[in-house]
Amino acid sequence: MKTYLPPKFIVERDAERCIQCQVCVNQCSFDTHYYDAEEDAVRSREGRCVGCHRCVVFCPTNALTVRANPLDYRENYNWRPEVIEDIIKQAETGGVLLTGMGNDKGYRVYWDHLVLNASQVTNPSIDPLREPMELATYLGSKPDKVEIDPKTLSLKTELAPQVKIEVPVMFAAMSYGAVSLNVHESLARAATEAGTLWNTGEGGLHPSLYKYGAHTIVQVASGRFGVHQEYLDAAAVVEIKIGQGAKPGIGGHLPGEKVSAEVSMTRMIPKGTDALSPFPHHDIYSIEDLAQLVHALKEATNYAKPIAVKIAAVHNSAAIASGMVRAGADIIVLDGLRGSTGAAPKIIRDNVGIPIEMALASVDSRMRQEGIRNQASLVVSGGIRNSGDVAKAIALGADAVYIGTAALVALGCTVCQQCHTGKCAWGICTTDLALTKRINPDIGARRLANLLRGWSLELKDILGGMGVNALESLRGNRLHLRGVGLTDTELEILGVRMAGN
Amino acid sequence: MTEKVHNETTNSIVKIDAYGLSHRELNAKLREAVSNGTQKIELRNVYGQRYIGTDLNKSVEIEIFGVPGNDLGAFMDRPRIIVRGNAQDGCGNTMNSGEIIIHGHAGDIIGLSARGGKIFVRDDVGYRAGIHMKEYQDKKPVLVIGGTAQDFFGEYMAGGVVILLGLNLKEGEHHKARFIGTGMHGGVIYMRGSVESYQLGKEVGIAELEEKDYQTLKELVGEFASYFGYDAEEILKQKFSKLFPRWLRPYGRHYAY
Repeated sequence: MKTYLPPKFIVERDAERCIQCQVCVNQCSFDTHYYDAEEDAVRSREGRCVGCHRCVVFCPTNALTVRANPLDYRENYNWRPEVIEDIIKQAETGGVLLTGMGNDKGYRVYWDHLVLNASQVTNPSIDPLREPMELATYLGSKPDKVEIDPKTLSLKTELAPQVKIEVPVMFAAMSYGAVSLNVHESLARAATEAGTLWNTGEGGLHPSLYKYGAHTIVQVASGRFGVHQEYLDAAAVVEIKIGQGAKPGIGGHLPGEKVSAEVSMTRMIPKGTDALSPFPHHDIYSIEDLAQLVHALKEATNYAKPIAVKIAAVHNSAAIASGMVRAGADIIVLDGLRGSTGAAPKIIRDNVGIPIEMALASVDSRMRQEGIRNQASLVVSGGIRNSGDVAKAIALGADAVYIGTAALVALGCTVCQQCHTGKCAWGICTTDLALTKRINPDIGARRLANLLRGWSLELKDILGGMGVNALESLRGNRLHLRGVGLTDTELEILGVRMAGN
Repeated sequence: MTEKVHNETTNSIVKIDAYGLSHRELNAKLREAVSNGTQKIELRNVYGQRYIGTDLNKSVEIEIFGVPGNDLGAFMDRPRIIVRGNAQDGCGNTMNSGEIIIHGHAGDIIGLSARGGKIFVRDDVGYRAGIHMKEYQDKKPVLVIGGTAQDFFGEYMAGGVVILLGLNLKEGEHHKARFIGTGMHGGVIYMRGSVESYQLGKEVGIAELEEKDYQTLKELVGEFASYFGYDAEEILKQKFSKLFPRWLRPYGRHYAY
């Protein structure tokens, strides 16, 4: 069937600059560029271009420009090009539209409507270059009260397991199979260097990465891929994945093409078969059932590790989170509307879930009202872009954040949303061995550790400017936030005052 | 209370009275016993304590008198558990290796996501038995059920062998489960007696047995019969149906790229 889809991008090649070196031909995994032997010329098929800019960055003479195809359909706010093209795609395939990365729609980004406070005159700010500044965070359930033995002055209360992170930013769950082993190694090494944690996602842990176990969160999701005793023993934290912001309520299908020999080894399924993660965990149909799995994992790890439970932010997150705490979760993870994915049905990604800022504020408020906020740490993810977002999330009540897309961007990702094709030209979201070599773990780990270092320095500046010297003083302190351009209802849910008030 | 008695010929047996113990206390005792090199443990007065057999990771035989709670043998690696009574839900959840032999009934989702090991149930099981069992290389989970099963039997199966014998069905009575093997994309189910096509999930095919199927049945039904005092040959006389996944990638045409 002839496709009615027009090219998304226009590729312009400056003939004067192009030296016919074919770097673009080799770099493009979508077969956009090709060498025409008859005419001895390098040319482009524009319909293939996904706008990832791999060729643009690697062209030695800067001969290439990629820009959006203007597509001058008659202007129509309702029938936008994306809407029309999605229908064309479905008319030609009869399938569920797939996409990668997070929700790209224009839902309000509340971080951009929140501003942070700073000290002026009445309280001094602190210069983090010259004074100690504390970012360390302990994840795990905290006791309602602590008892000290008056004789020995030692702690009498038995503490639940705690995991210390030096910076309140962790790498979000991305499975081996969705991303490559080199990406996993880059994340693991950077997390180890920065004193934080990375997350395996649901795809098992490659044997070569067990040595980073002290900085690893292992995931137990509905498919239970690669879950066995050594995997649980290796980790610092075990995370039960109920849902994901990009596809709340939806399971996962890793297509057989991505299940290579190595992926098959860590997932523990035959090579080339689809890895299907069911929609729900079939042993969890209630909060009581969740409690059962939480405690099964506590038993399996002899009560030595915090157990996290991750849900997608949905309408009733606050009530669900309260149940999760009562089910024994030591860490609650909320993944918001803009949370990213290696592959999700587009209609789900773009329409299901609620913004993370609202979910975070309502969950934190609810847990405080119920007097159980101390019983679990709160981690949020889904569209955290910079240290400003981190600081605002902490002030809204988060203990720490996960970053996924931001970490991948550090590795080269340009958010072209082609993760689901498995052809990532940047070698990130693919298991094609030729492409995965494009991520060098030495360089990848450096780039990620650099990003975390930069954000840490910025967080210290933000804290210093506020006149506090520990992240703990900002945590849940919504008086450090003000809203700009928000309605009364929005302000009420966020629990912040209007700027000027 | 834990008491140790010596059997003249074999290793020591540790007897544990589970009465009044929480699952955490009971499992702590099991861990302690196993770390001391105990080969056999006898659990008396088990009243629904969960997760028995989890985190032991050694070859040990645990004989349970009473009713073990949910998630019996969850994430289990190597122990052999014999239940003198019924088991509840989630038995063998994400099991890696070992054996569970149940002299009675078992509840829902038995063998959920199991990757290895063997489970034998003398009587009936609940809903979604064998759901999402999977296999990898030499690891191949086995679930043999003497009685019958409820709906969604073998759902989402990605590997392993599930056998349903229907020994307690009366003359002319047949299995009532529907949606059998829904979403199945690996492994095999053998059902003794007839099964109607309306009972099967749309991803499941039905076939006559081949020689290698009979060998598998002979071995596993033989093992089943030896545990529960049945005559394997008698069981194998009746006709079996073989259910298999029609596609290894049932959702290959599901998406638009």
